[in-house]
Amino acid sequence: MATATSLHRRDFLKTGATAGVALLVGLRLPVRAADDPAQAQEKPAVNPFNAWVRITPDNRVTLILDKSEMGQGVMTSLPMILADELCVDWKQVGIEQAPTNPKIYDHGTGGSGSVAGSWLRLRQAGAAAREMMITAAAARWNVNRDTCVAQDGGVLHGARKNSFTYGQLVADASKLPVPDPKTVPLKNSNSFTIVGKDIARVEVKDKVDGNAKFGIDSRTPGMQFAVVARCPVFGGKVKSFDASKAKSIAGVRDVILIDAIPKGAFSAGGVVVLADNSWAAIQGRDALQIEWDEGSAKSESTESLLKQMKENAAKPGKVMRNEGDADSAFAGATKKVEATYEFPFAPHATMEPMNCTVQIRPDGAEAWVPTQAPQWAQDIIAGVSGLPHEKVVVHTTLMGGGFGRRYQGDFVMEAAQVAKATGKPVMVLWTREDDMQHDFYRPASYHKLQGAVSADGKLACWKHFQTSTSIDAMWSEKGTETPGNSEFGTAAFIPYQTPNYRVEYTLAKSSVPRAWWRSVEHSSSGFVVESFVDELAAAAGADPVEFRLRLIDGDRSIPDFTNPKEGKPLNTARLKGVLKLAAEKGAWGSPIPAGVGRGVAAYYSFETYTACVAEVSVKSGVVKVNRLVYAVDCGRPINPDGIRAQVESAAIYGLSAALHDAITIKDGRVEQANFNDYDMPRIPETPKTEVFVVQSTEEPTGIGEPGLPVVTPAVCNAIYSLTKKRICRFPIRVEDLA
Amino acid sequence: MQKLDINGSIHQVDVDPEMPLLWVLRDVLDMTGTKFGCGMAVCGACTVHVDGAATRSCVLPVAGASGRKITTIEGVGRTRTGRAVQAAWIAQDVPQCGYCQSGQIMSAVALLSKKPSPTDADIDDAMSGNICRCGTYQRIRKAIHRAAGLQAAAK
Repeated sequence: MATATSLHRRDFLKTGATAGVALLVGLRLPVRAADDPAQAQEKPAVNPFNAWVRITPDNRVTLILDKSEMGQGVMTSLPMILADELCVDWKQVGIEQAPTNPKIYDHGTGGSGSVAGSWLRLRQAGAAAREMMITAAAARWNVNRDTCVAQDGGVLHGARKNSFTYGQLVADASKLPVPDPKTVPLKNSNSFTIVGKDIARVEVKDKVDGNAKFGIDSRTPGMQFAVVARCPVFGGKVKSFDASKAKSIAGVRDVILIDAIPKGAFSAGGVVVLADNSWAAIQGRDALQIEWDEGSAKSESTESLLKQMKENAAKPGKVMRNEGDADSAFAGATKKVEATYEFPFAPHATMEPMNCTVQIRPDGAEAWVPTQAPQWAQDIIAGVSGLPHEKVVVHTTLMGGGFGRRYQGDFVMEAAQVAKATGKPVMVLWTREDDMQHDFYRPASYHKLQGAVSADGKLACWKHFQTSTSIDAMWSEKGTETPGNSEFGTAAFIPYQTPNYRVEYTLAKSSVPRAWWRSVEHSSSGFVVESFVDELAAAAGADPVEFRLRLIDGDRSIPDFTNPKEGKPLNTARLKGVLKLAAEKGAWGSPIPAGVGRGVAAYYSFETYTACVAEVSVKSGVVKVNRLVYAVDCGRPINPDGIRAQVESAAIYGLSAALHDAITIKDGRVEQANFNDYDMPRIPETPKTEVFVVQSTEEPTGIGEPGLPVVTPAVCNAIYSLTKKRICRFPIRVEDLA
Repeated sequence: MQKLDINGSIHQVDVDPEMPLLWVLRDVLDMTGTKFGCGMAVCGACTVHVDGAATRSCVLPVAGASGRKITTIEGVGRTRTGRAVQAAWIAQDVPQCGYCQSGQIMSAVALLSKKPSPTDADIDDAMSGNICRCGTYQRIRKAIHRAAGLQAAAK
């Protein structure tokens, strides 16, 4: 008979929902510990030998990684920073994942913030360890430490050419006082020996020989496999169920019920089938007979949502920004353009479906989680088990893609609930259908743009109305929409100068769960801004690159309107820099071959500047992207080949939402189930992609996401250049190009 | 009882003969190098070789694999072509998250075993069944050409 799981809801809501909201903020802002006094207070300087560096007497060096490796390359780039400052030979370095301990580490991985947020603190940690080594060596030689130098995992004393390896010094060094991170000397950048080089991914061998272990590969003695039958309608609940057929399937061990957690984890709850292997669990689930209380969301459909959005667009929205008088300027203009853009929900579709493995014992819990938020996973398991955090060991595994999906708590909550109910170690794994239909989608949105070109060829006005299924509205404590700045990103502070600039927002109500998808609001804002400015360029009869440069005008620093206190301002010189570089490398202005269109886009997101020139051809209404030429400025490059890889990746990810399928809703449920009805770009469609990385000396910023916002507008602007047709909705449909 | 020849070793498994090979590999034999991605042979993550042919193990009932020569990612490095592909993958730094790469490599090795100097069109045909969500396709293509070159040089 089914057993309901009791849950300490009050405890959970305290940590979970708050953590969810706090994490929403944390994800948006890659706050650097040294810049934020509050964070610096929370995490005092720890002994680097306890937190970041382990050295054995035989001089093997292990560096600790506190961020999650999901393909974006942090397992290589972050240790590179540490190793360079520490002065070890990269060849002697091994890497280990940090134990989950938010008191020492800053685990949350996302918002393209890992390198940006780790740059200074890892340099400080590496430098501190290095300085402690030098002090220890100098003491042993009884010499002035200024005569000692650290190099290749050892300390040298110049005059007498004496040396100690770090292995010989570590016992002494680790007992010394830890230097103040604010004053510990950092390397001069022209002394970098590792940072700035193309370094192969440290775990590449494991990823080509089958040894790499992802979350779904976790195995622990006595482990059971479980799958959850969730109501296909969002928010629906189990009314009744019959498990008799399920339980008769060979290998099925138990069938239980878990509660939905409608806040924080936002897990759907449902009927859980536990078995000796996941095949039996899936067969068992197929044999369940469940009656659902589908709830109110079943009235929602893509059509009803679009209808709501169009109705919203016909009325004024809440004013987010207003300078001048855009409405009058538009009314009085001769060269004006009006456009509407529609975006559907988009799924994350990580190749490794969601999963989590948890064991809860009376004296402690252990979990293996492919997560971007280990500290939240620990919170959830502590909340469900009632154990103190120190007794909850969360191992962060490799993961088959994250893209924001693995920042969520739902798949952790389910596994914790099942582990608590059964007392056994259990892996709750999701099938592709589960993953496709119970995602936290990129929001659907509808945009209305009105703009005009002035007599002198500049931007007379720019008005942007947006209605969307806001992420904030789902996640905020009150469950109501908070001001929609987070829905706009750089669309709320465009680099194109205009005296009449108006931004309005109306919430579109939806029961479909949504959260952070690669590049978040920039996935739609990048397109809206760069497609609309392109339309204005056409109205002005101007070259698209020259028009953008004209409107960006002089070198300025534009405050981040969505985050004026902590957001880095948009530096127009750097934006113009990538636009010009992409145009140059993309041979902008050179004769375009027959049957080919060429388009451009440039954008600022996650404190990084990206531009893309795309070339396309169109045959029978089907778009082929032939070529992409990118220029990116993400500050000082840590691992240039890693940067190129991330841009190549973001380009394909962005195009996946433009070229093939959409997530559509019918009767409150997702219609698509697997890759047969939500297909992904495949190798034959891959454009030839080149990425040019600006050799900047600015602070390093992110690159996991910034490649995405420019690809779709560049492609669609290229489609326009060839066909004179504007793409205004996604996916791109044959009939839109007929 | 099913007798399976995997990477040159014999395994006896007592499972439902309908259980697809993928689940036998992963859940019964703990050979987790072969991955689950879709369960309906549209993503390629589960690709193994059965008598040298690239096969989606998620839809091959284990009874159908019995008595045939199965190679998985864990064993593909035993062949020269397998080693050439793995070396090329490393040289081009192909993987990002890496989850699809076992399947990609198995499909690439099967291609190169049949066509030692594949054209881009050959690569399209052989590899279009393998999805990479991280978008490493351009590097996969380069690595296949590189492996073909490595193989040719070794002859």
